[in-house]
Amino acid sequence: MSRETTINLLFALLLLGAPLLAAGMGEPFYVTLATRVVVLALAAVGLNLALGLGGLLSFGHAAFFGLGGYVAGILATHAFNAEPLIAGIPATTSMPLIWITAVVVAGLVALPIGAISLRTSGVYFIMITLAFAQMIYYFAISWPAYGGEDGLSLSVRNAFPGVNTAKPLPYFLICYAALMAALLLFRVVEGSRFGSALQAARQNGTRLAAVGIEPFNIRLVAFAVSAMITGLAGALYADLNRFVGPSMMSWHMSGELIVLIILGGKGRLFGPVAGAMIFVLFEYVLGGITERWQFFLGLILLGIVLFARGGLLGLLSGKPRHV
Amino acid sequence: MFTALLIEQLLNGLQLGVMLFLMAAGLTLIFGVMGLINLAHGSLYMIGAFACATVAAATGSFWIGLIASLAAAAGVGAIIEVAVIRRLYDRDHLDQVLATFALILILSEGARWLFGSFPLYLDIPPLLQGAVPLPGGGQYQLYRLAIIGVGIAVAVGLYLLISGTRLGMRIRAGESDREMIGALGVDIGTLYTVVFALGAALAGLAGALVGALQSVQVGMGEPVLILAFVVIVIGGIGSIKGALVGAVIVGVVDTMGRFLLPSMLALAMPASQATTIGAALASMLIYVVMALILAFRPSGLFSAQS
Amino acid sequence: MSEPVLEIRDLRKSFGALKATDGVSLELHPGQIHALIGPNGAGKSTLIHQIAGSLRADSGTIRFLGQDIGGLDMAARARLGLARSFQISSLAQEFSALRNVMLAVQARQGSSFRFLRQVTDDKDLTEPAMAMLERVDLAARAHVPAAELSHGERRQLEIAIALALSPKAFLFDEPMAGMGPEGSKRLTSFLDGLRHEAPMLLVEHDMDAVFALADRISVFVYGRIIATGTVDEIRGDPEVRRAYLGEAA
Repeated sequence: MSRETTINLLFALLLLGAPLLAAGMGEPFYVTLATRVVVLALAAVGLNLALGLGGLLSFGHAAFFGLGGYVAGILATHAFNAEPLIAGIPATTSMPLIWITAVVVAGLVALPIGAISLRTSGVYFIMITLAFAQMIYYFAISWPAYGGEDGLSLSVRNAFPGVNTAKPLPYFLICYAALMAALLLFRVVEGSRFGSALQAARQNGTRLAAVGIEPFNIRLVAFAVSAMITGLAGALYADLNRFVGPSMMSWHMSGELIVLIILGGKGRLFGPVAGAMIFVLFEYVLGGITERWQFFLGLILLGIVLFARGGLLGLLSGKPRHV
Repeated sequence: MFTALLIEQLLNGLQLGVMLFLMAAGLTLIFGVMGLINLAHGSLYMIGAFACATVAAATGSFWIGLIASLAAAAGVGAIIEVAVIRRLYDRDHLDQVLATFALILILSEGARWLFGSFPLYLDIPPLLQGAVPLPGGGQYQLYRLAIIGVGIAVAVGLYLLISGTRLGMRIRAGESDREMIGALGVDIGTLYTVVFALGAALAGLAGALVGALQSVQVGMGEPVLILAFVVIVIGGIGSIKGALVGAVIVGVVDTMGRFLLPSMLALAMPASQATTIGAALASMLIYVVMALILAFRPSGLFSAQS
Repeated sequence: MSEPVLEIRDLRKSFGALKATDGVSLELHPGQIHALIGPNGAGKSTLIHQIAGSLRADSGTIRFLGQDIGGLDMAARARLGLARSFQISSLAQEFSALRNVMLAVQARQGSSFRFLRQVTDDKDLTEPAMAMLERVDLAARAHVPAAELSHGERRQLEIAIALALSPKAFLFDEPMAGMGPEGSKRLTSFLDGLRHEAPMLLVEHDMDAVFALADRISVFVYGRIIATGTVDEIRGDPEVRRAYLGEAA
């Protein structure tokens, strides 16, 4: 087992063990905090597929995160009011159905955005993904049917067959399972033919085209899959907070997702997990000391970018192995 | 009456465009010369607004405030450039994005620390209060006309600066060939600091001017920054001319969309519905325009690199 | 005479006032090695770029296997069977030599949208890729990242990638560059054998290699072909001697 695998395993156990312990000690707050780590990590795992493997610096992934959230919020609201969605299709409070819808919606929105954005590269790509996310953000703000600027509150957490989702620990376990599934998917895709092509597209798009594989098609599919995972995280986040609002889609959120990946280690399997743990820890510890914790987060982030590239996992497990 | 309203909205669009041009010109210049994407440009806009509001409140003069805004934004810009930005020129875009994102966090929270969370207000100077009559009846705020005038003056000034001065020659050389200007014996470090401070001053100016129309508060820069990105994407990165054309397109399309879409929809649906749907669609309009332009010209209208 | 594999008619490409390709026509026939020679800046690489699809011609036609490929992008041309090597080697730097070749094998199999099976234990990829590395004597370095290979090894890898595509024609842009005399000699005899797999358009400055390999030679000067012929015809052409080879040759 490589050193990185051992460290990954430790992170996975720590992330599972800490909330179990907290629940045992009757501290549900820490369980919820751990759930926040898990859901943010899941969102960043999605982005890591595009950014880490494909080198696609999307500054608009908050849009997919928010879309997933709104799917959960809108379906739950309709179900609560017993209103059908459109054309008589009934809404639902079943998490699995909500997740599928969130994933499909995120993917369908990502395809046209990706198709336009991926015609460009570099700084253009960053700015255009940011702009499209902002478009969806403003749409959410100005569309009053689902709360507009105020967002939507979910009166109860949605349901999962056989699990009491209202309790913190069962809900944590659901999210944890989703994160592990996403990490497994990431690892499998990374080693697959598609993953090879995607990584080659990042390293040298011309080389990929010269052997007859269109980098555009590979990148577009990666962008969509990446958005789908982040969309799933958004649905879980809405249920975690029992609230969804435009702030989930703000450019600030997009920036934070990138920050999570970089704090942990770009392109590494557990980079987003480590990054989310550090981030939420910062937020909690620094936030407990000072209201101005983001000021210090900025300083720390600046220090990491300027002086400690490679993130926490880079620090712990050295250079990534070559394959 | 409709004509007057139309002219008023067109002027509003132009005023928004001019303000976006002040932001976009700096961004595009910095990208063109140094190859840097600067997310913290919106923070410099905010700094300009805060400096103007604070100094104007202390001295009672908008004009001293305006000078203070230029000085503060250029000064902070120069400090940031020397302390952080110059370490990023040979880094990839990801590092640039992250480091300037970190700068936003620092500057926003820093401003909140200094000025508190409550918005400041800045009055329109007495000289520019009042309104001018428009053809077809109606009136237009003199101050907004003055902003349009400032924007045109800056555009002309930048044109003269870049085409006619030594600094401009160096900027042009820096855009086309970074190694050559080193070979010409130009101190690149100083040139970059000057260009960055110039871009910062323009952003600060925009912030100060707009500060008298809206409230001055933390976070005011980011929506403008993102619109300025749209402007640059439409105009072509690195092109000042593109920034001007893109800014006017974005300003006018956005303003006219918000004005016309609800009333156009009202012809086909109930008025209340038309207002909400129209407003929602109008908020997306410039992004649709951006997408359309990109579909035909992936590197913008006036790409410097094509 | 047989149908040409590659047929170029009156190709033109300008960069501003510079006519990089000025009415070029040429044919590549089965079993042939057709060398393009000429001074630096004569437009040989620009021509390769236009054939491969990384540059678009202003006018003229490029037919490959009877099909007009002028409207196709680089990847589509590669899928039809045009394999190129780059003047400055262009590899996926973080991947091992083996994975670089595996990428070509995967491309030939048309199977890049498979998400589950792991490439490292996929014998359909590893075995053909290893076979290609063995052919170019690079098997011992199969697991070394491309970035850590020597210059000569990278050129060998470029050729292994081209071979893995089982192409209908090779486009080689200065494969000998920087190889050293020993390496050039070995590569020359290797390329000599390749002509039976697919014909080859070869841009090369190493005249010993060109004269040893070429069935036909086209001489480029200022974006034009000033002469085309066999090795002996080109050697004897007075205009070529004056314009390019120099009287000393």
